[in-house]
Amino acid sequence: MKKIILSMFVLAMLILPVSADTIRMGTEGAYPPYNFINDNGEIDGFERDLGDELCERAKLDCEWVQNDWDSIIPNLLSGNYDTIIAGMSITDERDEVIDFTQDYLPPDPSSYITLSSGNKAAYIGVVAAQTSTIQASYIAESGAILVEFATPDETISALRNGEVDAVMADKAFLSPIVAESNDELKFIGKDVFIGGGVGMGIRESDNSLKDTFNAVITSMKSDGSLNALIDKWDISEGRY
Amino acid sequence: MYCETTFDNYAFRSLGLGERILPKTDITLCDQIILIGSGIIWNLYFCIIALTLGFISAIIIAIIRNNNYPILTRVTNIYVFIFRGSPLFIQFFCAYEIFVLLPKIGLDINLLFTTITLQTSWLTKAWLGALIVLFLNTTAYSSEIFYGALKSIPKHDIEAADAFGLSNYIRYKKIIIPTMLRNSWSSYTNEAIFLFHATTLVFFSSFPAWGQSGDALYYANYFADKTFNPFIPYPIIAAYFIFITLILIIIFKAINVYFNRHLPKERKRSINFLTNMIR
Amino acid sequence: MFEYCSEPGILATFDWFSCYLTNGKHLLFYKSFALIILLLLITAPLAIFLGLIAAVGIKSKNFLLRIISKTYANIVRGIPDIIFFLFIPITIDQVIEFTRHKIKCQDIIGSVWQGNDFIVCNIAKLPLNSDPQWIHDLYGFSLAILSFTLVYGAFAANTFYGAINSVPQSQIDTGKSFGMNRRQIYFSIIFPQMWRYALPGLSNLWMLLIKSTPLLFLLGIQDIVFWARELGGSKTSIFQYPHSDWRVWYFIALLVFYLLLTKISENIIKRISNKLYIPI
Repeated sequence: MKKIILSMFVLAMLILPVSADTIRMGTEGAYPPYNFINDNGEIDGFERDLGDELCERAKLDCEWVQNDWDSIIPNLLSGNYDTIIAGMSITDERDEVIDFTQDYLPPDPSSYITLSSGNKAAYIGVVAAQTSTIQASYIAESGAILVEFATPDETISALRNGEVDAVMADKAFLSPIVAESNDELKFIGKDVFIGGGVGMGIRESDNSLKDTFNAVITSMKSDGSLNALIDKWDISEGRY
Repeated sequence: MYCETTFDNYAFRSLGLGERILPKTDITLCDQIILIGSGIIWNLYFCIIALTLGFISAIIIAIIRNNNYPILTRVTNIYVFIFRGSPLFIQFFCAYEIFVLLPKIGLDINLLFTTITLQTSWLTKAWLGALIVLFLNTTAYSSEIFYGALKSIPKHDIEAADAFGLSNYIRYKKIIIPTMLRNSWSSYTNEAIFLFHATTLVFFSSFPAWGQSGDALYYANYFADKTFNPFIPYPIIAAYFIFITLILIIIFKAINVYFNRHLPKERKRSINFLTNMIR
Repeated sequence: MFEYCSEPGILATFDWFSCYLTNGKHLLFYKSFALIILLLLITAPLAIFLGLIAAVGIKSKNFLLRIISKTYANIVRGIPDIIFFLFIPITIDQVIEFTRHKIKCQDIIGSVWQGNDFIVCNIAKLPLNSDPQWIHDLYGFSLAILSFTLVYGAFAANTFYGAINSVPQSQIDTGKSFGMNRRQIYFSIIFPQMWRYALPGLSNLWMLLIKSTPLLFLLGIQDIVFWARELGGSKTSIFQYPHSDWRVWYFIALLVFYLLLTKISENIIKRISNKLYIPI
């Protein structure tokens, strides 16, 4: 009898904290349409919609936290928030440090853009990317000269001002910028598949949280609501 | 020793030499010490050039401010106010944004024997753009220090020079400037340390790192990001800075001894920079 | 803000700007200016207090106390403040959480460092995960204040050390001959006199402190630099107020703010020193 009570108690201790706790969601807030700070100063975008839906399905109380990109993983590790949901591609390098849930966006291409007057081979010249992104390491290894900026927006400004020959970033981020540039910018080169889809980053020790989010992502995939969200924000070419 | 290969690969990485790809996995203590040390080259470059050029121009500006020229004094006062009244961090931001907006042209300079083409696009690179900001910044602060020292030179010293019938140039060279430097050397030592420390802001404000070549803090930050352990790279860079600051103090003390060489022992000034701060 | 702002796309220039400059994001931007002032007003007295303690420590007869105070006051002079700001908050944070973990969760065995993770039990976290966001903000801001205090306390310690030494020895000797003990000498002779000598150094320090406040942005706090960058960046039509890259205007606004702040401070300091007959 004692043992049963004890084991039930342990079980309750294991389950309870997850359902009663607040989960803090870390995001960058500077990468539209994935995530951005809207005109009211709130976090908005595809990942805001997705995260809120996931939390509702998992019956979690979620709180959004903005954090700069270059310190987003260290701050997850030190426990400032519990998940990263910031358009972060699943890579082996990152997977060594943190865990990922299953992908909630299929592998999406990265593309190069340049000025419309620019050279077609601009992507082997001076290429801008955001610091510690998969694109940055790709450029560093491709033989082009990498110029790093802290925010994705600064890379576009650098291209417009003629600082760099090309910019490399996720296609979903670049597409609206190119579309609205009045033919000032254009895509060049081939699309490159670098990462393995986008997932939520979670501490390696946080297995129960990972399982919770994996389950709700599966449920959103199977009932088509994830595809609907992808359509709404026009964020990827692939569908589940 | 395995450190030697690291040294060959990365000792001058901050200048774009050696191995192109930075260490990513299995980062050793060697990697960290050598790459951060390689970044120090940039800090020294910014510090030495900005300080040398700033020293000369600060003396000129201090003299302009001490004499009442109609427009020139006004202009220099406004310049000093802007650079002393705002944070260097914001100055970097503003300067970078303004440099970026400048038209991209080449300016040919004919030097009789050869032609140099100055590119305005160089201004957006740290080696020139940030150097200009640091130079203007230290000039403003140093000129304030020197100007204060000029004002407090005893009148009878200058009158004595007049009595000897010294020309204006000789009077400045032999009397006014040496006295000014001697009296302000403690504060100026402090300014030099501040400037050296301020060089860490370059790649942390707006100036982008090209080809992953940056200063010491750029690499320290890189390692903190990659290893997720700030407790190794930051103490390493701190040690470098303490060491070089000590050398800086030794050099400035030696110069101070030189300035005071003609004085009797009891009138010699020693540097007391820790309590003399003008920034 | 205004009623006509619901459709910004069709507004004339002036109306558009009146809406743009009063949207929620800009209001947050304006609030962050108050944050800077708040930081200055809290940090300055704390740093003065810490500096005073350290200065007395340097003059102390206790060897250990003297060494600690001296190291503290000097080491800050050798390291750029930016490195401290990247390093101190995370250290303080982990030390606090580690201590709380050891006290509150004694039953959990095993290291708090598991691979790359720093894990303390849920109730040892500070602030607690379930706390509302403003508590997290407050905690982050307190860490920032602590970091600034540590750095500027060391500067203040040097200033006070110099000021204490400037108090004429004859006065201290007089105090001794009256049979005052060390404590009495400090409180009735040195401290009241010291301020006159310390004021020029302290006012310099205040200026230095003002000019280091943009570094708040490195501490992950949404300060004026964060919002200026965020607002100034170019915006596509996903935002209500699309515009091109306007960062230069926002940074010039920050420059003007700091120029005003230092100018006002300078005038106030001048007035105080005139009253105390201290030439600066």
